[in-house]
Amino acid sequence: MPRVSYTAPATVDEAVKALAGAAGLAKVLSGGTDLLVQLKSGRLAPELIVDMKRIPEMIGIREEGEFFVIGAATPGVMLSAHERLEHAFPGIVEGVDLIGSTQIQGRASIAGNLCNASPAADSVPPVIAARATAVIAGPNGRREVAVEAIVIGPGRTSLAKGEFVVEFKVPKPKPRQCDAYLRFIPRTEMDIAVVGCAVNVTLDAGGTCIDARVVLGAVAPTQLIVDEAAQALIGHKLDADTLAKLDLAAQRACKPITDKRGTIEYRIKIAGVLARRAAAIAFERAAARA
Amino acid sequence: MSKHHVTTNINGEPVEFLCEAQQTMLDVLRDELHLTGSKEGCGSGDCGACSVILDGKVVCSCLMLGVEAEGRKVITIEGIAQGDKLHPVQQKFLEHAALQCGFCTPGLIVAAKALLDENLNPTEEETRYWLAGNLCRCTGYDKVIRAVLDAAAVMRGEPGASVST
Repeated sequence: MPRVSYTAPATVDEAVKALAGAAGLAKVLSGGTDLLVQLKSGRLAPELIVDMKRIPEMIGIREEGEFFVIGAATPGVMLSAHERLEHAFPGIVEGVDLIGSTQIQGRASIAGNLCNASPAADSVPPVIAARATAVIAGPNGRREVAVEAIVIGPGRTSLAKGEFVVEFKVPKPKPRQCDAYLRFIPRTEMDIAVVGCAVNVTLDAGGTCIDARVVLGAVAPTQLIVDEAAQALIGHKLDADTLAKLDLAAQRACKPITDKRGTIEYRIKIAGVLARRAAAIAFERAAARA
Repeated sequence: MSKHHVTTNINGEPVEFLCEAQQTMLDVLRDELHLTGSKEGCGSGDCGACSVILDGKVVCSCLMLGVEAEGRKVITIEGIAQGDKLHPVQQKFLEHAALQCGFCTPGLIVAAKALLDENLNPTEEETRYWLAGNLCRCTGYDKVIRAVLDAAAVMRGEPGASVST
């Protein structure tokens, strides 16, 4: 790998200063499972790496009032092991669990998964479906944005120079609210999504959907929030007619590419299938909380 | 560019080393510390041949910088046996002939030990998913899985399960 400088600040303010002080490209290091591959391949040649894992607030999961707060550098394995988060958002944990192998899980973070800005990132659709926000720090202070505002295209984010994600705030589920995430890959493990779909629903006491978010991955340059799919669910139980409308809405939203993992036609078809299946799981989980 | 001075713990021993920021932990283990049991297969986190246990979690040492080891605890394949006594996973790999060329074996044993440290009673499915990040081109995996499940039975002290002497 080409020469690079490294610093491991102990506070967010020190990290902001380090990033602002770099003359050339500076990269944030969380788990490093994307960054180190990009350094080795020569795709990136930063002059500075800023390791965020020594900043206490950026590692771990806290509960603050009505929110779960997830430090940006928290590795996947800590999210899967957090019983209250897993109970509240099984769909988020399903997405995180699908990122790479056990070894990758030991390091990879959802902030890295998000900021690497792959359309196929598995943890991103369920986090968006949960209406999570990201707290961003930078030379102009802190700001908080919806997670869906961060990725603007493959490999591109809306973060300005010197900005980085500090933590995610995920509003705790309301009664009878739950989620699910499914992805399709051509093999059983260790591949990149052909399509991913997160569904987050809230039901009333009678099992009718009163709120929903449906988010697709890997079928467009960014993750897609499919409002038409959510509208197909709201006001309904999960009957055949509702499922058919959901399937159609998911298919209509897709703007995929053809690549070695699947054609445009295949991805569109699968998006509808996954939306139906993920909705069925989310409804069942939400109803079980009644 | 000055080198970083790193103080860490490898296989239970305090270790200090100097490294440049861009050196991976795998580079440091092999080239600076001459612990050459960990292998570089792909260098991109796909094959698991470089697996080490970092603060109790199995990770790819090729995707970790050497400087990140500061203050951490690292266990490599060289630290799995207790002196001359093989770990049950190692013994069962021998008994089941769970290797051919052996290049993936250090990573598989490290990853399997990490599994059994967390869960002494994994199902076959859990074991297969856990080891999905360790690629082997020789064995077809079946003997590997049998060896790990058999090692788990030995570690649980099940009647009938034992290691050959």
